Amino acid sequence: MASLKQRAIAAGLKSYEWLERRLGLIRPLTAAATHPTPANNASWWYVFGSAATVLLLLQVVTGILLALVYSPSANEAWTSLGILNHNIPLGWYLRALHGWGSDFMIAIVLIHVVQVFLFGAYKFPRELTWIFGVGLLLLTLGMAFTGQVMRFDQDAYWGLGIGASIMSRVPFIGAPLVHLLLGGPIIGGATLSRFFTLHVFVIPGLLLAFAFVHIFMTLKHGVSDWPMPGRLVRRSTYEREYHELTAKTGIPFVPDAAWKDAVFAAAIVFAVMACAFYFGPFGPTGTPDPTIIQSVPKPDFAFLWIYAVLAFLPANLETAAVLIAPVLIIAAMLALPLVAGEGERHWARRPVAVLMVSVIALTLAIFTHLGAYTPWSPIMEAWTADPIPPKYLEGRTPLERQGALVLQDKQCRNCHSLAGAGGQRGPALDAIASRMTQDQIIRQVLQGGGNMPAYGNALSPSETKALMRFLMTLHGDLAPAVDASRDLTHVDPTQPPQPAAPAPKTQ
Amino acid sequence: MSEHPDNPQTPGSEPLPPEDTAAKAALHTRRAFLFKLSLALNAAVGLVLAVPLVGYLLGPAMRKKNAAFGAWIALGSINDFPVGETRLASFRSPAATFDDGDTAKVACWVRRIADRQFQVFAINCAHLGCPVRWFAQSKLFLCPCHGGAYYEDGTRASGPPERGLFEYQYQLAGDSLMIHAGDMPTLATQASCKQKPLIQIAPAAPETASAARSEWPA
Repeated sequence: MASLKQRAIAAGLKSYEWLERRLGLIRPLTAAATHPTPANNASWWYVFGSAATVLLLLQVVTGILLALVYSPSANEAWTSLGILNHNIPLGWYLRALHGWGSDFMIAIVLIHVVQVFLFGAYKFPRELTWIFGVGLLLLTLGMAFTGQVMRFDQDAYWGLGIGASIMSRVPFIGAPLVHLLLGGPIIGGATLSRFFTLHVFVIPGLLLAFAFVHIFMTLKHGVSDWPMPGRLVRRSTYEREYHELTAKTGIPFVPDAAWKDAVFAAAIVFAVMACAFYFGPFGPTGTPDPTIIQSVPKPDFAFLWIYAVLAFLPANLETAAVLIAPVLIIAAMLALPLVAGEGERHWARRPVAVLMVSVIALTLAIFTHLGAYTPWSPIMEAWTADPIPPKYLEGRTPLERQGALVLQDKQCRNCHSLAGAGGQRGPALDAIASRMTQDQIIRQVLQGGGNMPAYGNALSPSETKALMRFLMTLHGDLAPAVDASRDLTHVDPTQPPQPAAPAPKTQ
Repeated sequence: MSEHPDNPQTPGSEPLPPEDTAAKAALHTRRAFLFKLSLALNAAVGLVLAVPLVGYLLGPAMRKKNAAFGAWIALGSINDFPVGETRLASFRSPAATFDDGDTAKVACWVRRIADRQFQVFAINCAHLGCPVRWFAQSKLFLCPCHGGAYYEDGTRASGPPERGLFEYQYQLAGDSLMIHAGDMPTLATQASCKQKPLIQIAPAAPETASAARSEWPA
């Protein structure tokens, strides 16, 4: 038997020799995989780049499988998603894997960017690696946006409308840009086709090419060593120091450092699988029929913060901010390693870097949170769906109750909440009379202002009076606000007589 | 040659050392020339090839600026729109192609002011294009995305939009209400709304368009 085993091994070796003599790739790839790396970077903090690569491959595989069924035609895309979800065995799971894989990939890429930034790993000689990494981040976001269009539902349709509206703000060439984006004068078949081309050919091609160059440069310069406070990066000495460190403490990347990458990548892929299994695929929501106006379009998670920013920008700043800010942000990210290519790497010695990451992360988190519940959006059904709480009607006069009807009927609740129900665009009205006098309320209602439309044309004098009387009963535990000069003049006949009995309790 | 380390004083007119001459000559051999020629040939072919490729790619954007686009579309009988009310109407875009499906449908709000006086608004909010909804009781159009609000005549009431609703040109052919529709309405036809709060979606007059462009802050 031993001779048989030996013969098998010999035959295996011989075929390997035959193959490698012709292929010539196995030996150099093995050498690259087992290259020595400083032992101090075999850390759990260094696993995000490889995990992002694994997720990219997962997206490529699931994307190809989805393309077997998906029909990139405006007429059929939505239907083919339904077929994937309901008719093709495991089609729903492939869609879920691809959707969740996308969210995980964005998250991992962002964490990777933050880790590299905080570790100062973008400094000499890895400046270009960072610059290609910025390209990879943008391409990943580009995949997310074009992928949202592939899910050709109402959100995709109106998301394209938002994209076109932003493009239309570009000076001079706005109209050609819109037509270039949409492939024609309207959102339609040509639009989906070009986004399909971007999502399936152009951006993935660039993504793979960039990832190849990025990883090639990582191999060429070695994975950055663990930063130490006080150990400065100098162009004249860094590479020698790095090679000395590698010679002194080096361990083979495969297997001694790579096992952590492998474990983390497996955990992430498993997390994607689990999320896909438990939460299922994303959408599609309603058919992309723009005549269905009962639609509340919302972008995908990764773009919620932009959606929120667009709600808060003042109208006169919006075009400038939307067109200039992205250019500045991208330029700053690209310029970072060129400006700060040397010096301290450790986060403890780079307070500005830590502050920047904290502020940016907090800002994105807050805007994403706001984008998730959109307090600025009117709730279109609130005026019929959320009744006036009974406690606000108890003990009210008929005129005041009539005012409550006016409040409901004139859609005030779409923007103003009572007892927590209703829109949040305007202030809650539960205690409005404790903040505003009746004159102020009438003026605000009739003339609007401060983000409120004027209702002068939509309210008759009697409706206004009833509404004002009802609102004046909403003063919480405080006395209603009064104009101090009123008592002195006594000229306004609409001023209610000073109540002999205590004002009706609202709580 | 002035940076030659051995004798930095060497003036440029001095004859080159023989090895430099040979290296320079090597750059001008027949082979080197043919290689450069092949590069130039490919550059020329590439340039000629790029013209149709780029032209094809930019095709949708190359439409002549003032070329009339769009068509008059019948929205139905004016009797479908009671005087004093604002109602949703829809039509199929004249720009529709074979595979647009439902996306070729377009909705608009028709306000009949008087017997033969109308306003026809695009449903697209002037902020970012989301579909606005009409609320007859409060006489407002509200946008679900960022809370833009417009009065019944389409003027801006509040919120992030910087102008009023986009308005279609209309004409009455007997009892039929016709509107001029084409492009999906965006701000692209004008950069600023200070002068004209409501522009017609039909092709803008050249003088209007140029005035709007000059309004753009540099």
